[in-house]
Amino acid sequence: MSVLTEPGPPPGVGPAPVLTGKSRPGEAVIKVLLVVATTTSVLVTAGILLAVLEPALEFFRRESIGEFLSFDTNKQFSALPLVVGTGLTTVIALSVAIPIGLGAAMYLSEYASKRARKWLKPTVELLAGVPSVVYGFFAVFFVIPVVLRDWLGIPVSAYNSLGAGLVLGVMIIPTIASLSEDALSAVPLALRQGSFAMGANRMQTTLRVVFPAALSGIAAAVVLGMSRAVGETMIVLMAGGSIKSTSADITQGHETMTGVIARTALGESPVESTEYKYLFAVALLLFIITFVMNMISIAIVRRFRQAY
Amino acid sequence: MSNVAARTASSVTAVNLSTGKSKDKNLGSIVFLGALWFSLFFGIVVLVALIVDTAIDGAPRFDKYLFTNFTQTFDPTQAERLAASGRDPKVLSAEYSGFKSGIIGSIILMLTTAVMAIPLGVASAVYLEEFASKTSRFSRIVEINLQNLAAVPAVIYGMLSVGLMAALGAQRGIAIGGAVALALLILPVVIITTREALRSVPSEIRQGSLALGATVWQTTWRQVLPAAVPGISTGTILGLSRAIGEAAPLVMLGFGAINFAPAFPFIGSKIEAFPLEIYDASSNSQEIIRESASAGIIVLLVMILAMNAIAIIIRNKFQKSW
Amino acid sequence: MASHPATFSTGQSPAAAVDALNVADDAQTIGALPDDVVMETVNLNVFYGDFHAVHDVNLSFGKNEITAMIGPSGCGKSTVLRCLNRMNDLVPSARVEGSINYHGQNIYAPKVDPIAVREHIGMVFQKPNPFPKSIYDNIAYGPRVIGMKVDNMDDVVEEALRGAALWDEVKDKLKQSAYGLSGGQQQRLCIARTIATKPDVILMDEPCSALDPIATSKVEDLMLQMRKDYTIIVVTHNMQQAARVSDRTAFFTARPDETTGNRTGLLVEFDRTKDIFANPHDPRTEAYISGRFG
Repeated sequence: MSVLTEPGPPPGVGPAPVLTGKSRPGEAVIKVLLVVATTTSVLVTAGILLAVLEPALEFFRRESIGEFLSFDTNKQFSALPLVVGTGLTTVIALSVAIPIGLGAAMYLSEYASKRARKWLKPTVELLAGVPSVVYGFFAVFFVIPVVLRDWLGIPVSAYNSLGAGLVLGVMIIPTIASLSEDALSAVPLALRQGSFAMGANRMQTTLRVVFPAALSGIAAAVVLGMSRAVGETMIVLMAGGSIKSTSADITQGHETMTGVIARTALGESPVESTEYKYLFAVALLLFIITFVMNMISIAIVRRFRQAY
Repeated sequence: MSNVAARTASSVTAVNLSTGKSKDKNLGSIVFLGALWFSLFFGIVVLVALIVDTAIDGAPRFDKYLFTNFTQTFDPTQAERLAASGRDPKVLSAEYSGFKSGIIGSIILMLTTAVMAIPLGVASAVYLEEFASKTSRFSRIVEINLQNLAAVPAVIYGMLSVGLMAALGAQRGIAIGGAVALALLILPVVIITTREALRSVPSEIRQGSLALGATVWQTTWRQVLPAAVPGISTGTILGLSRAIGEAAPLVMLGFGAINFAPAFPFIGSKIEAFPLEIYDASSNSQEIIRESASAGIIVLLVMILAMNAIAIIIRNKFQKSW
Repeated sequence: MASHPATFSTGQSPAAAVDALNVADDAQTIGALPDDVVMETVNLNVFYGDFHAVHDVNLSFGKNEITAMIGPSGCGKSTVLRCLNRMNDLVPSARVEGSINYHGQNIYAPKVDPIAVREHIGMVFQKPNPFPKSIYDNIAYGPRVIGMKVDNMDDVVEEALRGAALWDEVKDKLKQSAYGLSGGQQQRLCIARTIATKPDVILMDEPCSALDPIATSKVEDLMLQMRKDYTIIVVTHNMQQAARVSDRTAFFTARPDETTGNRTGLLVEFDRTKDIFANPHDPRTEAYISGRFG
C-alpha cells in the first residue's frame, strides 16, 4: 500500500489564486433586509395579540369575567350567547361544505383527467374569491326571501342563522375541497392499484381505500374550513340577525362574535366606552378559538405528512 | 377467499367480455358519480345564480353614473322638485347614486396594499427558501406562524391596524390604515405562493449558477426569481383580488361615508372602500339605492373574476414543466 | 483494451465479487503521479450526517491533464468531485475532513470563500442545465456575476462558444432561448458557459450520460481540445470514455458497512490510464474494467 505523502509546494505556475472572500457589503445589507422582512410575519402575530389584549384587559378591569362568560342574553356584556350564535351558523355551514367539498375533492382527485383538473380546481376555488359582502347580500336578498321562504316554504325571519349558515357553507366549500383534494391526491397510487387488482371498482376504491387513507388530511381541511366559518364577518353581520339568543331555533336570528364586533365598530360608541372595549374582549375570545383550531389543523397535517 | 376471488374474476370477465360494460357502470357507481358531479357543480351553480339574480336586480342601474357619481340619497321625487329650482337632479337623486368614491378608494387601497405586501412577502419567501436553513428553529417558528396567520379572521387584522394607527397617532379611516390591514392580511398568501413558485424552480438552475462563482443572492436575483415570476404573479394577483373585496377589517378602521375624491397623495386622506360602500347601499331603506348595490356588486365581481381569470391563465400558460 | 461492458453477465452481486477476489478492503495502489500538480486531496473523508460517504481519498490532479474517476454506483466518485469546488456545501448535512489543496491552499480552510473557489474551479453537470435565457445571456452570465473585466462581451461570448465548438451552430441565433438547442448542444453550451469565466480547473460530472453517441463523441473531442488550456477532472460511468479521453484514471469502489449496510466509497487504484487499463494492479480494478461487476 503506497500513500501519497508530500503535499509539497505549489508547482511554479505564476502567483497563487486568491481564494479568500471578497467583501460584499451590498449582499450583507440585502440579507439583513430579508431577515427583517421574514421577521415581520412573527411581529404581526405579536402585534395582533398586543392590539387585542390591551383593550380586552381594560374591559375585564371594568366588567367581571363572570358577566362575560355568561349565557344570560339580558346582560349587555355576556359573550356565550355569541358563541352559541357562531356555533349554530358554523354547524350549518359545515353541513353544507363537508359533503359538497368532499364530493368535489373526490371527483377532482379520483375521476377527473389531469387536463380537466387543471381548469376545474381553480373554478371551484373561484368561490373563495367572491367577497363576503356579496355573499351577505345574496343571503339577505335571495337565499332567505326566495329560496327559504318562497321555494321551501320555511317560515324564517328576515335575518336568521339558517340563511347565513347556508351561504357561509358555500363560501368555505373551496377551502375544504381544495385541501381535501391535496390529501386524496397524496395517497400513493400503489394503494389504488392494490384495490383495483382485487376487482374493486372506482367507487369502492375511492370510498374504502383512498378516503380512509386521506382521512387525517381531510380532517385538517375540515378544521381549517371551520375556523374560516367562525371568523367570517360580513355574512353573519348582514344576514345572521343582531339579537343575542341561546335558542337552537335556526329560523331565527342569532348575534355572533364577529357580528357584534362589526356592529359595534360601525356604531357610534366612543373609543373609550365599555361597549367598544367589549368588542376587543370578544375578539380575544374569537382569536383564541380560531388559534386553537388552526393549531389542531396544523398538528393533524404534520402527523399525516409523516404517514407516507 | 379463493371462492370470492374466483367469482369476482369470473364476473368481471363475464361483464367485460359479454356485455362490454365495466363494473363502474353499476347503479351504485352511477349514483355515486352523479353525487360527485353534483358536488363539483353545486358551487358553480350557486355562483351563476348569485350573478344572474344580482344582475337582474341591478339591471336598471348599469349606467355611467355608477362610476361617475358619489352616493346620492335624495328621494327621486324630491330631486325632481329641486330640479325646478334649477339644480341638476343627476347630481342629487338616488336614481343616479354611484360608487365613485368607493371605486377610487379601492383602487388606491389595492395599489398601496400591493406596494407593501409584494416586496415584504417576496423577501420573506426568498429568505425562507433560498437562505435559511430549513431545519433551524427560526424557520420552523416562522412556518407555523404563517400557517396560523393565514387563518386568522380578517376582522382581527383590522384591530391590528387600529392599534398600529393609534400608536402612530394617525387619523381614523385613512387609506394607509386600511392598506396596512389588507397588506398584512394577504401577506401569508403572498409568502406561501411565492415559496411554492421558488420551490418549483429546479435546483439544477441554482447549481449551474453557483458553479460559475455566483453568490446565493446573485443566483436568486438573476436566475431563480425571474424563473418564478409567473408563479409569484399568480399568487399575488389572487391575494390582491381577496384584498379588494375584503370589507371586515375596514369596518374596524372607521372607513366609509366619504362623498368626495381623496386628495393627493391619497395614502393620508380619508377614503371609502368599494365593498363597504356596497354594504352601506345594500342596507339602505330606499329600494332604488339597493338596486345600485346590485349593480355595484356586478362591477366588483367583474373586477375580481377578471383578476382571478388572469391569475389562472398565467398559472396554466407559463407553468414550466422544466 | 478492456472488454466491452455489455458483455458482463455473470449475475454476481458486487459484494460477492469483492469477496471472491479476496483482497483487503483498504488496499490502495497509487501509480505514477503527475509532475505538475494543480490540485490534490489529502486524506479526504466526506460524511452526510452520520453516514460516512467517502473514506481517505488521496489524489493529485496534473495540470493540462484529464483525470477520470470511475467506479460502480455509490462509490463516492461524484461526491469527491463535488468537494473539489465546494458544491457539496449546498448539502446541509455534508461534512468534510482532510484537505483539498489547490495551488497549495486548502480550499476548506476557514478563510476561504467557496464563491471564490468556484470562480477558479468550474463545473459541468450530468444533465445539461442551461439557464432559461438566451444563448448569449447564458454565456455572459458568468463573467457578469463574478465581475470580470470585459472590454466587449460579444467577443467573450464568441470566444467561449468557439472554445466549446458551438459557435458555427448557434452564431445566428444567439438571442434565442437556450432551451431550443438539442441536448448535446445544450451540454456544450454549459461547457462554453463554464469556460467564459476563464477557470483553471473544470469538473465534469458524467457530462455525457444524458447524451446520444454522436453528441457524446463531440463532447469527448471537445474535452481533448480543451486539455491544452484547462485541467479537467471527469466522473464517468463509461469506461470506454475514460480510456478514450483521460490521461490518468482513479478507480473507486464501495465497501458496505458490516452493521448498517451503508456503502462507503474508497479509492482503489490511481495510475496512468494506459497502465490502469492494460495492467491493473488491484484485482478489483481488473474485475471492474474487464466487466466482471459494476
